[in-house]
This record gives sequence, structure tokens and C-alpha cells, in this order.
Amino acid sequence: MGDENKELEETVGQILEKYRHDKGMLVSVLQDIQAKYRYLPKEALKQVCQGLLVPLSQVYSVATFFKAFSLLPRGRHLINVCLGTACHVRGTDKVLEKIERELGINAGSTTKDLKFTLETVNCVGACALGPIVKVDEEYHGEMSTDKVVSVLKSYT
Amino acid sequence: MVKVSSFAELETLRKSIVARRDPQKAMITVCGGTGCHAHGCEKVAAAFRQEIEQQNLAGKVDLRITGCHGFCERGTLVVVKPQDIFYQRVKEKDVSTILSETVAKGNVIERLLFTDLATKEKITRELEIPFYKKQNRLILGNNGSIDPTVIDDYLAVGGYAALARSLQRMSPEQIIDEVKKSGLRGRGGGGFPTGIKWESTRRAHGDTKYVICNADEGDPGAYMDRSLMEGNPHSVLEGMIIGAYAIGSDQGYIYIRNEYPLAVKNAQIAIEQAEDYGLLGKNILGSGFDFSVRINRGGGAFICGESTALMASLEGHVGEPRAKYVHTAEKGLWNQPTNLNNVETWANVPLIINKGADWYSKIGTRNSKGTKIFSLVGKINNTGLVEVPMGITLREIVYDIGGGIPGGKKFKAVQTGGPSGGVIPESLIDLPVDFDELTKVGSMMGSGAMIVMDENTCMVDIAKYYVSFLEGESCGKCLPCREGLKRLREILADISEGRGEDDDIDLLENLSVALVDGSLCALGATAPNPVLTTLHYFREEYDAHIKDKRCPAGVCKELITYCINNEKCPGCGLCVKACPVQAITLTGKKKPAILDQEKCIKCGACYDVCKLCAVDIK
Repeated sequence: MGDENKELEETVGQILEKYRHDKGMLVSVLQDIQAKYRYLPKEALKQVCQGLLVPLSQVYSVATFFKAFSLLPRGRHLINVCLGTACHVRGTDKVLEKIERELGINAGSTTKDLKFTLETVNCVGACALGPIVKVDEEYHGEMSTDKVVSVLKSYT
Repeated sequence: MVKVSSFAELETLRKSIVARRDPQKAMITVCGGTGCHAHGCEKVAAAFRQEIEQQNLAGKVDLRITGCHGFCERGTLVVVKPQDIFYQRVKEKDVSTILSETVAKGNVIERLLFTDLATKEKITRELEIPFYKKQNRLILGNNGSIDPTVIDDYLAVGGYAALARSLQRMSPEQIIDEVKKSGLRGRGGGGFPTGIKWESTRRAHGDTKYVICNADEGDPGAYMDRSLMEGNPHSVLEGMIIGAYAIGSDQGYIYIRNEYPLAVKNAQIAIEQAEDYGLLGKNILGSGFDFSVRINRGGGAFICGESTALMASLEGHVGEPRAKYVHTAEKGLWNQPTNLNNVETWANVPLIINKGADWYSKIGTRNSKGTKIFSLVGKINNTGLVEVPMGITLREIVYDIGGGIPGGKKFKAVQTGGPSGGVIPESLIDLPVDFDELTKVGSMMGSGAMIVMDENTCMVDIAKYYVSFLEGESCGKCLPCREGLKRLREILADISEGRGEDDDIDLLENLSVALVDGSLCALGATAPNPVLTTLHYFREEYDAHIKDKRCPAGVCKELITYCINNEKCPGCGLCVKACPVQAITLTGKKKPAILDQEKCIKCGACYDVCKLCAVDIK
């Protein structure tokens, strides 16, 4: 545990350094931490509060206000089901329900084996190919319920 | 890279870039937009790289990964120059043939050409395709011909000439006059005259002034800003630098959605390259004007499209808006005069400076000038980004450019303006599209999402969708929006789930008025638009849900049933496998399957999996 904490402290330190401890860059700092750890560890938030000289309450309010942040550990693969209008009219709800059934979790949670985190996003901006399911950085366009299983299976 | 320190040097540089390029040399451009990424353009581009080596064509053909061409549905798009042969739906396996046939011998590969659905004719050139024919791609046009990560590509097509012209020959006041005369209005949603906004910020008192580019594009269904930022970031940057000079600002910000990683990356590269050439930074082009730009990434909050919320977020706070009795032009970011424009607005600026306000203002209608980029999506054949002159009719967009509705379905409505906009019914299809006309019918321009709906789209469901979206995105600061949206959603959910009562419609209307009057910012004040327009134009559909407990479009789960069509069902068993609750059973070979309504959870899996359309929705 000690090594992990030290590693975390160093990484967060580097991120704070990158943004020159500028409190205007709070959102960017949190994004970089999240990109690295897939969520915002508590210790990291404390360090951010000291590093940017902003109250911890502000760090938490920002971390909980924006949808992109998570305070809980997330799975190895992040599934984002697009709920944009273009995807909605083409039936994305059914696709989401199918994924929920397949993984046995609801949107916003993580599978027990930490393999998948299932989330929804308001629009990924690839509307021409709706319904879109984005897994990590990969876009799966024109999704339908019958494609769900094979898409999920392609991730290990 | 050598710093360019004068206007003359910029022209010399441009000439040397152009002189190094042979317009007759074969070049393959592969669309690298997000749509094409989903179609696998990276693999196609990699295959081209490999094949060019293998066929010993290095030196004979150039490969360029460009920004979005707009015809996303047909990706991956490949254009072979100089003949401008347009190939669509290109896969890795086609790459070798394109090189050996088209590049080496000049032969056109018929099967990769676009086929006009109406005439069944194969079309060779991009501009001859109906999707592109009626467009006027002043802003998006260069997306397809430049590599967004190479500043020389932008310079080669005349990039930064408008900046040089502004700094060299125009005073800040002259630039503002030119923009005012052009009639340019904000493309982000509000449609406020850009020149007037600039003028107010210029006149405001403050030590430091800021300009911001809003690239947060939270509007679901819209992605033109993304495509511009990804495909031609220098045009946005050039507009910002000109604006900053006119306003008197030395610091700019680009606020980009973090969901758009490629846009963030390309904007960052563009800033660095512009700095290297001395087009950003201290003493730009030797003019004595200093300006730098920084990127901030958004955190995925729709409300941050609102100017004061965006600025709060830039300061490291939560994105909550404030009342605007003091305009952001007076006190914006860090309490200093701030000018915020959206991506597309900034990208229009170089065009206006280059071609002049007189030329620009000839395009469009009386009060809406220039072109507008729409994302034409939903139930439409040709989905993608379209750039059209203001004043074009909805009919031209939906039928001539969009190619009509797929699957022989009936056109029902178009939704414009995102969650703040409204639904426009078929009876208004000849409406000219501009800021004022859209507002008159209860919708708005918004950022330009145009979602086409067919007979299978339920209007109660659409209203519920937008209200739920906004309920989740409401920042919660003011009560009418926070609580009002929740109640609106509950009433709409009641209606769509069969619990609707006669006075629900009155309730919806009254509550809508309260939101319009009482909300702090535009999110709440425009939130009832989707409800009010669907109520106005599709009242009978609400009545069907409330009185007959029926969803005519077959969408609202609680009001529909899935049935097996005994005449069509061959008993193949696909639906039996697909059903997650074992509600479907086979009765024998070639006999129709039986669906047990008691067990059915209405997930739609059988409907999706059936290739013979033997599952009906009633």
C-alpha cells in the first residue's frame, strides 16, 4: 500500500506541476487524474486541494458536479451508451437495456469482476451512426440488441 | 519552423509551400472524422500506407488524412485526386485495388461509387452527389482537403491571410464594423449579432479582456463544432486572433468537451504550430499585437454551454450560471470583460474579412446571413453534416440533400435547436430555415441539430426524452428549473405509461409558463419548448395516450404489445434464442412461434432480430 500511495502522490504532483498549480485548471487537473486512475481517489483529491490552494469542499463540488468524474473505482473497460437524440430516435434505450441485462448491472455501476463499467453519455457527436456504443476509445455504430453480445465478447 | 515576422514573409512562406506542391500529383485523401473513425478509417489509412510501399508507389502518390467530409453515413470516404474520384464505404480490402486501378491506371472502380437512390445512377465526383449539390460549404469545404495537423495545408489554401489583412490594413473598429455589416449572428444558439457583442466588449472598461471559444457542444444530436475543431482548427484559431485584436484582448481560451479527444488534440497541435510560426504569441507578424490561447476541457455538463456557467467552470468552480443583469461583456471571466463565441461563429470570421461584408451579406435571408451547418440525423437516408445558405427550406434539406426517409416510412417532423428547441411538423416543411422563422414556429436554431423523425417516433416520448435530459443537466441553482423539470418529467412519464389524466395537459402548460418566466438562465427558460411544440402540433397523440391508453407510434413500452405475425413467421427460431425471458416458443417445423404476453418484458429483442419483419408492434 505504501508504494501505491507514494506513486499516487508523485503522479498527482506531476499533474499539478503541469498546470503550474493554477486553480483555474481544477477541472483539467481532475481530468488528468481520472484519465490515469479511471476514477478520483480520495487521497488525490486532498492533494489537489492543497496543491491548488482551494477548499476541499470546492474540489468535491466540482468532482461531483461534472458527469465525467467518478469517486468510485471503475472497470477495465468503460462502456458509454450514447443517449443523444439521434441515437434515441433510433432505439438506443433497447440497446442499453440489453447491455444492462447481459452484464447484470444498471447504468452507472461496475461489474463485480471490475471488467466493465457501464455509463451513459448525452452525446458522443457521432450522430450519423446512431445508436452508438463507445467502449473505451472504440466506437460501435448502428448498434442493435442482437449485436450486443458479440461486442461485449470482443473485450477481455 | 522559422518564425514569420512580417506580412511579406507570410506571403513568401505561402508561395513557397504552394510551389513545393504539384497539383497534378496523385493524392489519396482519407476522411478522418469521427463518423469515419467508427467505420474504421484508421485501418483503411494504415492499409494505404502499407500498400503504397508494397506497390512501390512512394513518391508517386501522397496520402492525406483529412477532417470530416460530412457524409458520415457513407464512411470511410476516400477521394482520389487530381481527378476527384469519390469513393464511399471503403474497407481495407479495397485499398490495393484503388491503388492499382485508380491511381496507377486512372480507372474508376464502379462498386465504390455512390449510387443515387432515385435515379440508380453511379456518381463519380463528390460535388455531383445530391447530398453535396445543394450545399454551400464555405466553412466546412476545406475540411476535406487539408490535414488538420499540418499548418502548411491551411496556409496553402489561403489560411491566415485574413489575419494578415486585419493586422496590416484594418483598425479594430474597422474590423468590428465589417463584422457588424456582414450580419453574422452567433451560431451557438442565441443568434446574437457578433459585431455588437465584440463592440460591447471592446468598449467595456477592464485591465484585461478575454476571448473564449465555446467548443463545449453539449447539444445532443449536434456535432458540427466537433468536426470543425477536428478538421480545420486553424480556421477557428484565425477567427479568434482577429476577434481578439478587434476587441483588445491578449488571452484566449478554447473550452472543449472532453468527450471529443480528437478535437482537443488537433486544437492543441494547431495552437503549437501557430505559435511556432509566430501567428500566436508575442508581436504577431511584427504588428506589435500579443495574443495567446489556452485549452480547457469541459467536464460533460450541458449547462456549461451557458456563458456564465462556462466561465465559472473556467475559473475552477462548478458550472452554475448567474443572473446576467451585468453582461459578460462587462464582467465575465475573472470579472473582466469577456467575449464568448462558438466554434462555428469564429470560423466565419476569416471568411468575412477575406471576402468582405458586402459579399457575405448577400448569402442568406434579410436578418440571417451566411450559411449554417446542420447535423442532419435521425430517420433520414443521407445522414451527416450539411452546410446550407440560411433561408433554404426544410423540404430541400430533408428530401433533396437528405434523400428522404428510409424504409419507405412517412416523414413526421423535424426537431431543431436541441433540448431548447421544438418539433416542427410536416405541415411546415416549406418553412425557410433561419433564426427568426424557426423562432416563429416555436423552435429555434440552436447550435444546428436537425433530428428527422418518422411515423415510428412518438412525440410524447420525445418530449419526455428532452425533459429527462434537462432534468439531469439542470444545475439545481434555481427552483423553477430544478423542481419544474422534475414535475414535467413525472407528468410526461404518467402519460407515456398509461396513467395520464385529462387535466395533465393543462398542468403541463401551466408548469411550462412557470419555467419560462421563473428560471434563472436559458436552460430552464427554453426547457418547455419541446413540450409546448409537441402539444401544439401533435395534440391528438397526447390524447391517444391519455384517453385511449395507446401509443400510435408504437414506442411507449407500457402501451404496446409485441405479437408474432402468423402469416409471416416461418418458425426459424431466431427470436426464441434472442428472447431473454423465454417468452417465445416454437410449436413445430415451419409453424409460427408463439409469444407468451405474460412473460414478455417488451425488450424488443425479437423485433430487432427478425429478418422477415414477422414481429408486429401493436
